[in-house]
Amino acid sequence: MSSEPGVIGGPSHPEGPLTLAVPRGALFGETLDLLDAAGVDTAPARGDSRSLIFHTDEMTLVTMRPSDVPTYVEAGAADVGITGKDVLLEQSDRVVYELLDLGYGKCRMVLAGRRGDQRLGESQRRLGMMRIATKYPRIAERYFEDTGRQIELIEVKGSVELAPLIGLGDGIVDLVATGRTLAENDLEVREEIVDCTARLVANRVAHKLRAAEVDDLTARLRVASRA
Amino acid sequence: MIHPIPPGTRDVLPDEMRELRRLNRRLIEVFEGAGYGEVATPAIEYDEVLSRGDRPSSASAYRFFDENGDLLALRSDMTVPIARLVTTRFADAPLPLRLCYLASAYRAVAPQRGEMREFVQAGIELIGAPGAEGTAEVIGVLEAALDAAGLDRAVIGLGHADLYRQLLAEFGVEGEAREAVLGRLATHDLVGLEAALAEAGIGDPAIEACVALSQLRGGAEVLERAREIGGDTVQRTTARLQATYEALVAAGTADRVQIDFGLLRDLGYYSGTIFEIYDPAVGHVLGGGGRYDGFLAKFGLDLPAAGFSLYLERVHVAQMEEESRRRQRAAADV
Repeated sequence: MSSEPGVIGGPSHPEGPLTLAVPRGALFGETLDLLDAAGVDTAPARGDSRSLIFHTDEMTLVTMRPSDVPTYVEAGAADVGITGKDVLLEQSDRVVYELLDLGYGKCRMVLAGRRGDQRLGESQRRLGMMRIATKYPRIAERYFEDTGRQIELIEVKGSVELAPLIGLGDGIVDLVATGRTLAENDLEVREEIVDCTARLVANRVAHKLRAAEVDDLTARLRVASRA
Repeated sequence: MIHPIPPGTRDVLPDEMRELRRLNRRLIEVFEGAGYGEVATPAIEYDEVLSRGDRPSSASAYRFFDENGDLLALRSDMTVPIARLVTTRFADAPLPLRLCYLASAYRAVAPQRGEMREFVQAGIELIGAPGAEGTAEVIGVLEAALDAAGLDRAVIGLGHADLYRQLLAEFGVEGEAREAVLGRLATHDLVGLEAALAEAGIGDPAIEACVALSQLRGGAEVLERAREIGGDTVQRTTARLQATYEALVAAGTADRVQIDFGLLRDLGYYSGTIFEIYDPAVGHVLGGGGRYDGFLAKFGLDLPAAGFSLYLERVHVAQMEEESRRRQRAAADV
């Protein structure tokens, strides 16, 4: 399917198999299961290999942190990718085409505070702003801006549940799947911000120049994810 | 001593400059050879003039006062300054008017994205040549420019700027709902698009038509598929795209054109046919263009117009990628 060298003009096709960015971590298992259901052989990527790149008959799977998927896809290093909506919202300035809601990896972005604790309300009333710790500064900033409240944003990288427990901030904005981590740390959901699931994204140029392959994969994943 | 320069700006050293200069020369030769005379305009203009570009994306990111207190701005592209130049200096010139340029332009950048605050554009403007034939001439010059740059695998996506605005009018989607839908189309967020269309309260067939259109891209066969989707707006747009495509076929320059009903460009002045340029070796768009028939009227001269611009630095990147690909393939063939 690759065009011959020396053939000038003619709609050109990029060479080689389609490259799909696969998120490691919480979404990894379900992503591989869905790809299997869609007829993509993921056997090479299973097992405890330390490799990051896996070749199947029709596709190259590259594995990475979910938050790196938009970066690789935007640059065209991967043609298509799978990652959480939370990542896409946090990196909304990245130019990637969001093609499909894959349905799994369901979780909620929430505002949480200490159980029974009035700090959020008190800071809002007496100081005019809340101090919010989060790993998702842009989502948090946009949410409070849209709801007309002012916050002092505290960005942390690790377990954000820790912050309000020891006095860093009045509350947190974080992603919650089952709510168990919150409960174990004596935190409770105060406001729901947005629901998130896994999404299929594509590079803008790949979406144009590899249209048939991208559309075929999208159609197969659509069927598999609705099954 | 290290003295910094602002993020998004850069120095060009001799090795790169030599290659850029060679590329510049080839592009200008193609433009001049096709009858397009090169012009230069000031990088700084009155803000009031540049802001006739109308939309946030075409407004200048850099404004400042001169010694008289007048508000000046740095240009964000060349189409607006050339519209100003044409209406001021060529109001009575015989038509069509053919102009080309190679010039720096300035835009705002997001932090740590590798975006350029100052970049070079090479392009043409064809003033006073309406319809499919004018568009075909512009695309013919674009193809010659891509060939001259050695990008023989580059593809030109061809779409229509008015499609969704008219389609939503046909469906009776207005106000905030309309802006929400157009926003999702512009970022190509299909999940959000379906939700926004459902929110707008139009029926499932209309939602399906809109989503299917946004994914419709390929060779001449997609014109037929668009007709099957149907509706007045789609039929009208398809007829226009077909006319442009046929003019390209007649001129022998349709080979690497991809018809794309999902194409949108964020510059407010486009109306009618629009296009974008891609190369399979790079993930970014190399440039774009289209018709801007109503735009010169904002400067008091109602003439049809079309043009394109290439991002010179990105074309240079694509050149390098394509050369290294050719080297690899040659090595593999030995």
